[in-house]
Amino acid sequence: MMEGFLFGLLAVLTLSGAVGAALLRNLVHCALSLTLTFVGLALLYLNLDAQFVGLSQVLVYIGAVAILVVFAILLTGGAGKMPTHPTVSAGWRTGWLAAVAVGFVLIGALLHSPLPHSDVPAPEVTVQQIGRLLMGPYVLPLEIVAVLLTVALIGAVIVAMPERKGESK
Amino acid sequence: MSLTAYLVVAALLFTLGLGIALTRRNAILVLIGIELMLNAANLNLVAFWRFGAHPEFLTGMLFALFSIAVAAAEASVGLGLVIAWHRHSRTTDLDGMTRMKG
Amino acid sequence: MNPGIASRVDQIFVILQHRIAELFPAVLQPWVAMILGVVGIVAVFPGIFALTTVLERKGLGRMQNRLGPNRVGPFGILQPIADAIKSLTKEDIVPRTADEVVHFLAPVVLVVAIFLGYAVLPVGRNMVLLKIDSGILFFFAIGASTELSIFMAGWSSRNKYSLLGAMRAVAQMISYEVPLLLAAVVAIMMTGSLSPTAIVRAQGGFTGFFPRWYVFTPWGFAGFVLFAIAALAETNRSPFDLPEGESELVAGYFTEYSGFKFALFFLGEYLGMMSIAGYGITLFLGGWGAPASFLEFIPSWAWFFAKLFLAIFFFIWLRGTLPRLRQDQLMNFAWKFMLPMTLLNLMVAAAWRFLGEWFGTGILAEGVRWLLCAAILAGAYVALALTLLRRQKIAARSYRYAD
Repeated sequence: MMEGFLFGLLAVLTLSGAVGAALLRNLVHCALSLTLTFVGLALLYLNLDAQFVGLSQVLVYIGAVAILVVFAILLTGGAGKMPTHPTVSAGWRTGWLAAVAVGFVLIGALLHSPLPHSDVPAPEVTVQQIGRLLMGPYVLPLEIVAVLLTVALIGAVIVAMPERKGESK
Repeated sequence: MSLTAYLVVAALLFTLGLGIALTRRNAILVLIGIELMLNAANLNLVAFWRFGAHPEFLTGMLFALFSIAVAAAEASVGLGLVIAWHRHSRTTDLDGMTRMKG
Repeated sequence: MNPGIASRVDQIFVILQHRIAELFPAVLQPWVAMILGVVGIVAVFPGIFALTTVLERKGLGRMQNRLGPNRVGPFGILQPIADAIKSLTKEDIVPRTADEVVHFLAPVVLVVAIFLGYAVLPVGRNMVLLKIDSGILFFFAIGASTELSIFMAGWSSRNKYSLLGAMRAVAQMISYEVPLLLAAVVAIMMTGSLSPTAIVRAQGGFTGFFPRWYVFTPWGFAGFVLFAIAALAETNRSPFDLPEGESELVAGYFTEYSGFKFALFFLGEYLGMMSIAGYGITLFLGGWGAPASFLEFIPSWAWFFAKLFLAIFFFIWLRGTLPRLRQDQLMNFAWKFMLPMTLLNLMVAAAWRFLGEWFGTGILAEGVRWLLCAAILAGAYVALALTLLRRQKIAARSYRYAD
């Protein structure tokens, strides 16, 4: 009962943030609404006993991605007045239709598939266990992610760097 | 709560993300939509880990951790591209991104 | 002194919490204990904040050869009460063009996030609200989310000074969060745990009467200094107070706030300073441990708060001493000095660990290991500083935008 109420609250929080990002006109409001979704997701992870993932979600998404998004909005001048021109593209009805169709297919498939419906006891996960796995069986993915992040860092700096005069017009 | 409930929330989140990515004009919002879809996938992974047959292996959880790291890389490069494009053409409107020439 | 009494004084607050919780039915007991802990945090730290404001103003006054506040109460000690009454009774002004909802939410989010950070801070033996496995990660995650509230404040005010201040603050906090995290990682790495309690416990015990705090190892000392610098920048304290430089940006991101909301920002800033100092103490200065074995009879919480006040005094001292940095100096310092040094420090900490295994334990082996690690860090510091100084072009200041 209590558990269901908590889950419902978190689900509503998460989804209302996403709805806000879909419908609000001002870009910064969209970004802040997105942050609400990230908070909701982090709390859902905590509710799923995945403490480490939940805290990483807060650290990466709220501390880095959300800040990146608002910075990008400010740097591209989208933070000023409310936009006057339409904020959705011309074929937005088709787009939403396709998205809702995908959603129906997904949820329909979910409700008709034989998923385990048992209350599994919460597994005991310590940070040490995660660390051992990351340094043991998962060391290759970890290294690849490290390389990917370095490449992304350098790539993002080079892409966003102002071009030197004479290099292109 | 059951696995189905979490998966339904993730599916709804994915739908909203897809809708945003398909309909909004602004490139940054399209990126936000993609982030939402990635997050929905993460929620699925963690939910499957929690209610799956072998939660002691932590596979779903570690997958979600890697996915978070990859999403951070994706966001930084994507937003860098948007800023670079904005410098060229003074717009972040996707309908205006029809030229390939610099 | 009788060890029984000493340990009872040490645990006085824990025992009190249990006694009060026992008055309630068994179902409610964990909740009551939790609420009592929260009440303790919410009462104690703002109290210290009030004390700090008057100490800061008096201390700065002394450093600047003036008296500081001395009108309200004896020696001006009741000044915070007067300030509180003033800020509560002032008119709450919201600019007409401001984004009302975001403008209101910003200070609330800031203060809530900072209070959450205290949940995993061990202020004494057995005195921590939430015993979670990844406490340090929790603190950094919460700290990262305060940046967003600062952005919200600056953006929603629709004021160029606010927006500039917020952009400066967020850029600075992001840049210094990387060295802050990496400096903290050495302590986590050597303890092998993310739990603040475990880190404090690992620094317990004494060699002779000398404590085994991390700050007394080469990597610990370097980590502590780097952590302290990054913490100063993270809390926007002088000499890194560009985001709110009064002379340039009026007050930065909270220019357009007045009354109670302004007080909330002020509170948030000081609480953030105290929590980051608390984590610095936990990570490097032995947490609630006594600084010498013969001083252990003094209760653990007294040691923690003594160290906290020392840290606050250090912050005030720096504010009275150092001039403010320029934006480019700030960024260069973060990325060209702090980041390489913290990365090197990580490697030195790893080397320390493995050298300890190879050399074995002996006074000579320990000394060699200590000197080797210290020499690497000191050499890197000198080399890096010389390179950066040589590259710096010193010339008359050019006013690019003022002409």
